[in-house]
Amino acid sequence: MMNSQHLTNTTVKYLSLLLLLVLLAIVLLPFGVVVINSFKTPTEYVNNGPMSLPQNLNWDILFTTWQRLDFTHKLWNSFIIATSVAILGLGLSLFNSYALGIGKMRGRVILLIIFLMANTLPQEALAYPLYYLAKFVGLYNTQLAVILVFAVIQSAFGTYLLSSMYSQFPREILEAALMDGSNKLQLLFCIIVPVSTPTISVLFVFFFIWTWNEFFLPMVLLPSTAKQTVPLAIAVLQGQHNMDATASAASALLGILPCILFFILFQRTLTKGITAGSVK
Amino acid sequence: MAYESSVPGIPQGLARATKNARRQRSYSLYKGYGVFLIPGILATLIIVILPFLANIAISFTNWRGIGLPVWAGLANYQKILHDMYFWASFRNNLYMILAMVVIPTLIGLLLAAFLFDYIANKFGKITSSFFRAGFYLPQILPVAIAGVVWRWILQPQWGVLNWLLTTIGLESLTRNWLGTAATALPSVMGVMIWFQIGYPLVIFMAALQRVEPELYEAAAVDGATWLQRFFYITIHQIRPEIFVVVLMTLIHSLKVFAQIFVLTRGGPGSATLVPSYFAYQNFFEKAQVGYGATISTIMTAIIIVLIFIFITMQSRRED
Repeated sequence: MMNSQHLTNTTVKYLSLLLLLVLLAIVLLPFGVVVINSFKTPTEYVNNGPMSLPQNLNWDILFTTWQRLDFTHKLWNSFIIATSVAILGLGLSLFNSYALGIGKMRGRVILLIIFLMANTLPQEALAYPLYYLAKFVGLYNTQLAVILVFAVIQSAFGTYLLSSMYSQFPREILEAALMDGSNKLQLLFCIIVPVSTPTISVLFVFFFIWTWNEFFLPMVLLPSTAKQTVPLAIAVLQGQHNMDATASAASALLGILPCILFFILFQRTLTKGITAGSVK
Repeated sequence: MAYESSVPGIPQGLARATKNARRQRSYSLYKGYGVFLIPGILATLIIVILPFLANIAISFTNWRGIGLPVWAGLANYQKILHDMYFWASFRNNLYMILAMVVIPTLIGLLLAAFLFDYIANKFGKITSSFFRAGFYLPQILPVAIAGVVWRWILQPQWGVLNWLLTTIGLESLTRNWLGTAATALPSVMGVMIWFQIGYPLVIFMAALQRVEPELYEAAAVDGATWLQRFFYITIHQIRPEIFVVVLMTLIHSLKVFAQIFVLTRGGPGSATLVPSYFAYQNFFEKAQVGYGATISTIMTAIIIVLIFIFITMQSRRED
């Protein structure tokens, strides 16, 4: 009796593991097929189908797609835009949340609601006026336009997150610093920033990745191929009709790789941040 | 206020002087921050608030993007009520909510509880973390790239899915998945579910860590089944996170654009049209700027109502 009970328990245990593994395999299958088919020649794809492993590692397709996309250039575009947004957005978030969280400005609740709204508004509701404005001031088709727009949109989130944290900042430390003769800027950069480095680095990584992943507004503001970001360039290339199976797989892989790299690099920061943003 | 209590042994005058000095300092601690808000407020005004207000204003005109806008009153709003494309996009958005909010949250809940409560106990934490990372992987992709991957898989002539079906002898099931009205929407929904599951899973697994293990032990002693524990303890304890996940994914689902743009461009016909893509078409393809602005204003109104509910419920929770 005891034994058969134990046996069923073990069966259930391993069956459930098997079920999970099957589920996981389904979820990861798209990544797998993209990778293996990026290394096949078109004839190999036609003959052996998409599920076979490549006969040998054929880097040609990946290399040609890289060149066709001018991928080095696209990586650089994305990197410059995402880094600038992260730095600028963080600067704005810091100043805003310093005033709202530490300074407890009058009307801070209203301002926080406005910032939260600014971050959550659908970009469609800003797109045309921004497009028009960018043309008007001569920033249309420049990366600066995208940088400014996303720095502001994302700083709205940073402001929301940081000011709720700063409003609980220990007052004694601030008073002690002021007593020692610090001014407001020193207070911000010598006391508050060092203490909140963990949150600031989470925000930096988030701003960077969010900007990297953006699609709609960069598409609207950056029509020329030379200015485009990685997701934009790959999506545009995919829309062309003369793409064969292996070249499509290779371009998808080029889009996936940077994100895997970020995930590995920032895994800790990210897992901390995903949950920090949701519930305080 | 605490430091104002007089310290015994210090002469009255000195005590008063310290008190005054402190008051001055705390005065400067609370004042003089306005200047730090200037760049943020100016930038938000120029890049978010004014464009947003302009967009609302445009929605009352029949502007075509050039020349001067002509006031049209509520004409666009009246037109939209009878526009079958708008209603189609609205209906499709409900399906997106199903695929991006309802199903991922339910699967996420079950999976999180299963990984946390069963797999982690039987096979260790490393195993459960491994599964969590695996299911989360699609989330790290830009949505546009996720779309590119799936468009490749669903390609009718040489795509992976049709090849698989043919290979296992189900050739009759092969379809032009994204190009046929009947299968386009379900296909897009499938892609969305695949993409979304990781987010609720990660949040819920983190949330479960703050649930007291004693609760589960007590329930187990009382003879509660796994399902009972799931409903009465898990769901009950992580309600705040469920709430946040539902709200966040709801807002995302109302804005879904890149996937539709890459996978189907809203087609065939209006089979996968969503409001954001419909607005985009009117802005940049048909030069119906006034009408595009109307669509995006309605989208915004819905989202603002949702945020309002979120803020009131969150502040009620904090009280």
